[in-house]
Amino acid sequence: MTMNSGDTAWVLASTALVLLMTPGLAFFYGGMTKAKSTLNMMMMSFAAIAIVSVLWVLFGFSLAFGNSGSGLYGKFDLSGLGSAVNELTNNGGVYGIPLLAFAGFQLMFAVITPALISGAIADRAKFLTWGIFVALWVTLVYFPVAHWVFDFGDKDADGNITGAGWLAARGVEDFAGGTAVHINAGAAGLALAIVLGRRIGFKKHPSRPHNLPFVLLGAGLLWFGWFGFNAGSALGANGQAALALMNTQVATAAAVAGWLLVEKIRDGHATSLGAASGAIAGLVAITPACAFLAPWASVLLGVIAGVICSLAVGLKYKLNFDDSLDVVGVHMIGGLVGCLFIGFFGTSFTTGSGDSAYTWGVNGLFYGGGWNLLGTQALGAFSVLAYSFVVTLILGYLLEKTLGFRISRDAELEGIDLTEHAETAYELEGNSGGGFGGLPKAEKKRITTTEEAGVSV
Amino acid sequence: MKLVTAIIKPFKLDDVKAALEAYGIDGMTVSEASGYGRQRGHTEVYRGAEYNVDLVPKVRLEVLVDDADSESVVEVIVKSAQTGRIGDGKVWTVPVETVARVRTGERGSGAL
Repeated sequence: MTMNSGDTAWVLASTALVLLMTPGLAFFYGGMTKAKSTLNMMMMSFAAIAIVSVLWVLFGFSLAFGNSGSGLYGKFDLSGLGSAVNELTNNGGVYGIPLLAFAGFQLMFAVITPALISGAIADRAKFLTWGIFVALWVTLVYFPVAHWVFDFGDKDADGNITGAGWLAARGVEDFAGGTAVHINAGAAGLALAIVLGRRIGFKKHPSRPHNLPFVLLGAGLLWFGWFGFNAGSALGANGQAALALMNTQVATAAAVAGWLLVEKIRDGHATSLGAASGAIAGLVAITPACAFLAPWASVLLGVIAGVICSLAVGLKYKLNFDDSLDVVGVHMIGGLVGCLFIGFFGTSFTTGSGDSAYTWGVNGLFYGGGWNLLGTQALGAFSVLAYSFVVTLILGYLLEKTLGFRISRDAELEGIDLTEHAETAYELEGNSGGGFGGLPKAEKKRITTTEEAGVSV
Repeated sequence: MKLVTAIIKPFKLDDVKAALEAYGIDGMTVSEASGYGRQRGHTEVYRGAEYNVDLVPKVRLEVLVDDADSESVVEVIVKSAQTGRIGDGKVWTVPVETVARVRTGERGSGAL
């Protein structure tokens, strides 16, 4: 196998597409928070880019995709990517793309997953503690779980495979991260929402989204980037990538319709927040399934995800946990819907012919494959859910008891943007402190007497 | 002199301003305000959760007039701001002791 420039170009482009999802997420979440906490919300995403990227080249890639012979984690070692510049990707088979392209592509998944969690703890998390949490969480949770699901092992010249993740080896079908990314982030979000507790005024004085156009902008950027996320996961410019892309589009479109339908029937109005949320629910649900479904089945999955997630986001008020921006309702539930749906409607596809034929996927229940696939999917989904929830809960409580995770009551009321970052997102002071007559602080003289004011009375 | 204060629907401001100009009023002060009357606020729904918006946006318009004009000015504002639907607002007058023009120091009616 030699390097294939077409495949490589697509994976490189997909890497950039997936990176864009994290700033997109920052807008999606940032628009949903209060005006006084939007910068902190967006900063949590940007901090994830900074922290995870560095850890990835140090040891993250090795811990996720190294070969230790264990199905539970990769290798405890430096990633050593510099010496791998001439290597091809070997992940259950050799791909004609450089290992570094694969490493860069997978990095973006590691970046966005902790960023997704931040939506559960809007308005109230100490920024330093968040940064430390991200570093520890990707090390203890994301890198190992990525190994479970995404590492198909090294295939040697004789066709023997070693070092595959334990879920990948059992045939769990998760094409682009329904388990490792979405269920993982959703379960962690639930744990952190419990650790940090409810915001002041939860249920009594609900905070409404301060900028819905931001939410729609973010949803648009996420949708755009998601083509790299899903179709890029084919690791090549081929029929599998095209199938993933088409399924991503139709499932998302159907989920928007499903969510809006629920709103129209239940509340009387179809909302812009509902459209944006439906899009994300559909994208999440199709993520594990995008290469294993026929497009018509993707439409069905999209509608189901839109309807179920739109109902699931109300649960936090009944169960009394403040998952502020519905990470659980959209990502955990959407991820579960997508993963389990494969068990019913998953099927197998073949591209090429003769020696170059490539077949992937197995038949689910409705394609005559019996209950096996559904069982495997449930194992994958719930093992990731349980591991992520438990480890995050412990990690969260440890940080809360040592560094403190939640900001003070006064800081929360004042606004976390000001207290944690010494910034505010918007100039809202009107003519007293803004564009009119505002002098730099040093030049502004406080006038205390009538003489200083040039007036004699 | 009287101070006429009107709380009106924001989109009626242009109509009221034009009507007052036509009547011969030379100046006014306008500020954004929020509040509620018998209309109360309204309800918005985000991801299925209801939010009651108690205070709705209004425009507050203030005009200083001679005593003789005050009734007619109230009349002009009421007519031009009216839509006939709930939430049209209120107009009231209060007596004013003195008025000074900052530029010249004039007092009283001359300063209007």
